[in-house]
Amino acid sequence: MEPTKGVELWPVQLSQHAQQVDWVILAFTALLVVLVLPVFAAMIYFAVKYRRGSMADRSPSASRNVWLEASWSVIPFLLAGVFFAWAASLYFDLFHPPADSLGIDVVAKQWMWKFEHPGGQREIDTLHVPVNTPVELTMISEDVIHSLYFPALRIKQDVLPGRYTRLWFKADKVGEYHLHCAEFCGTDHARMGGSLIVLDPEGYQRWLGQAGADTSLAAAGEALFRKYGCSGCHGANSSVRAPNLAGVYGSPVPLDGGGTVIADERYIRDSVLFPKKQVAAGYKPIMPTFQGQVSEEDLLKLIAYIKSLS
Amino acid sequence: MAYATTAGHGEHDDHHPTGWRRWIYSTNHKDIGTMYIILSLVAALIGGVMSWMIRLELAEPGIQFFDNTQFYNVLVTAHGFLMVFFVVMPAMIGGFGNWFVPLMIGAPDMAFPRMNNISFWLTAAGLTLLVSSAFVGEGPGTGWTVYPPLSSIAYHPGAAVDFGILALHLAGAGSILGAINLIVTVFNMRAPGMTLHRMPLFVWAILVTAFLLLLALPVLAGALTMLLTDRNFGTSFYAVSGGGDPLLWQHLFWFFGHPEVYIIILPAFGIISQIISTFSKKPVFGYLGMAYAMCAIGFVGFIVWAHHMYTSGIGTNARAYFTVATMIIAVPTGIKIFSWLATMWGGSIDFKAPMMFALGFLWLFVIGGVTGVVLANAGIDFVMHDTYYVVAHFHYVMAIAAIFAMFGAYYYWIGKMSGRQYSERLAQIQFWIFFIGVNVLFFPQHFLGLGGMPRRIPDYPDAFAGWNMVSSVGAAITMVGTLMFYYIIWHTFRYGKTAEANPWGEGATTLEWTVPSPAPFHTHEELPVIGAGDHGHGPLHGGVQPAE
Repeated sequence: MEPTKGVELWPVQLSQHAQQVDWVILAFTALLVVLVLPVFAAMIYFAVKYRRGSMADRSPSASRNVWLEASWSVIPFLLAGVFFAWAASLYFDLFHPPADSLGIDVVAKQWMWKFEHPGGQREIDTLHVPVNTPVELTMISEDVIHSLYFPALRIKQDVLPGRYTRLWFKADKVGEYHLHCAEFCGTDHARMGGSLIVLDPEGYQRWLGQAGADTSLAAAGEALFRKYGCSGCHGANSSVRAPNLAGVYGSPVPLDGGGTVIADERYIRDSVLFPKKQVAAGYKPIMPTFQGQVSEEDLLKLIAYIKSLS
Repeated sequence: MAYATTAGHGEHDDHHPTGWRRWIYSTNHKDIGTMYIILSLVAALIGGVMSWMIRLELAEPGIQFFDNTQFYNVLVTAHGFLMVFFVVMPAMIGGFGNWFVPLMIGAPDMAFPRMNNISFWLTAAGLTLLVSSAFVGEGPGTGWTVYPPLSSIAYHPGAAVDFGILALHLAGAGSILGAINLIVTVFNMRAPGMTLHRMPLFVWAILVTAFLLLLALPVLAGALTMLLTDRNFGTSFYAVSGGGDPLLWQHLFWFFGHPEVYIIILPAFGIISQIISTFSKKPVFGYLGMAYAMCAIGFVGFIVWAHHMYTSGIGTNARAYFTVATMIIAVPTGIKIFSWLATMWGGSIDFKAPMMFALGFLWLFVIGGVTGVVLANAGIDFVMHDTYYVVAHFHYVMAIAAIFAMFGAYYYWIGKMSGRQYSERLAQIQFWIFFIGVNVLFFPQHFLGLGGMPRRIPDYPDAFAGWNMVSSVGAAITMVGTLMFYYIIWHTFRYGKTAEANPWGEGATTLEWTVPSPAPFHTHEELPVIGAGDHGHGPLHGGVQPAE
């Protein structure tokens, strides 16, 4: 999309989801206009007809009418129910990314977006993705709350410190589109934006090659796994008794004191930073915290490594 | 209901302080109401100037005036704080509520006159603290929502945010005391015969609002206190590094913040009901439905807060619940709108300035209400949230709509308050300028939002230039309309004709029109007796029988 100067009424629809959202917005707006026009019409009609001094018949002017009042209570109530049922179906698909999504990590900070591709390619404020491929973003903030907003995809998601949020999309048109920070994040909030560049599959492969990365995220994570000393306990030949991490990602972990938790990104991140919070059953809570030592980007690499073990 | 009268306590009449003591020490509901209104008019001018500076910067893409974008952020923040806490709330509740609740229910004054005084001065102190916060360090550039971690000590070092927090604490304490005062007054000091179901709808509106204040503001106070200790004493309620959660703030803030928008708009509902009934020369249609619709709005207003947080990462089921709960608000709101129309139906409508502003209110409120139903959908909100569509929505539905109700109320009651009547011709001109101005200002912002323009930004992509220029032209027109209003106030005091006790004729049936204009220092010292008769406009309107 070439930024056109002047008046732009409607951003381009970059995904099927965008088309659905637009359809709901338009249909909703049309329905509400149909409901509201009689209100304005009645207002103007009454204002003219019953102006002071007019010869209008004023005899029917009751100050109560139970049936009238009941109807304008019950009908909007039912309409609200219908509207809700219709609109609710829309956003459930937003939370079910396809299993074969391309995972890209997003780290936000004042005032830039850092993107990391699985192959280790890194970019700032510009995100290259392949067309017609589901992309799932795993996002976290290093400082305040941000929000990643793709107007052409009709989606946004707040990016919080201390917890991962996710967003997925499937762009279906090659081109360059805006991305913004939507959550007020301080001095240069207005400038915290950039471009989403959708490439055809060959173009994306070419870009991955040019962007150059020595090591994939998982390989970088493996190096960090040794550097931070994780391998000393969690490695295959370690003398200290700590859970083996091979295959742990995505599987249920029984917890000390009962219950289980699915070992997702959140659990791995929390286990590094708050190791005593959810201890795996059968192990002693002896792991030290790595809070303040591991950056958000390194955490994402460690997670990529642990994911690669399964 | 009050049955004892103050008749026989004649010494009250002698107690009429003059000079500065009359105002500073005032325990008189009318003088305190006047001070609230003056405070609101001053704050409105400051907040208005801020909004015009914002629109000036936004007229064209690129940074024109605010190389220091933090200062722009401070303006955006202070504009929100001022307009919500120091313009609409003081005028509606402290100003018109103080003035007219006792007059309308036939009470000689508020229940706790001294508490009334401290309520006002706490609000005034809050305003002072808020305005001075802009001059401390870099100022509070947090947005009026003050989300941590942006508002934490790491990202807003210096005392500016603490000034803002304490300003809200003071104003909040003032509002809580004011709310207690209003509730006690309405429950205990109604004149004989003034049953709850005979109270004018403005009194109902203020009563419901007072309960909302009483329930919502302590939550804000608690959240602010936690923020204050996070910032200054090393606690970590909202700090991730200490195991806290920034979303806790959002939940607490919006648990206050959503009722807050009803705190702003419910008194406007009350004012509009009085005006439409008066100028249609008919009692309000469906009085009981109108009163209980406000109660329903007040209740539902407390259980929809997270529709401000759809994109924050709350769960899918929570989103579904908050979507449906939010849509339900359309039902009692619809009752209000349809009943106002039905009040006009078969009336004899006089298009005086207050009535024009009431019709303008309906126009704005319906448009803003409809976009609210659109935004209520979590699926749609994922694209609209934090865009100009939201800015357009809330300015229509509560900000400008409330301002229209306030203008209507000023023109409706200024004769009663000042003893002088405004110039009808000037007021009609002011209405049209302001009405056109705000619509040119805010309607194009829907398009900007649909086009994807985020809010709270001083700079934007060129694609948004066209509608932004239109919007800024609207702001200039609105500015003319606003300044003209201040001129009309001056004109009224300087040249206004002496107001009669009831300038509106037979449509104005509430008790404030039975006392002379300007209302004497002490009123209703002989409690009026409200009959159950059908005095043309019916008891359900708070209509008054001639005193026996």
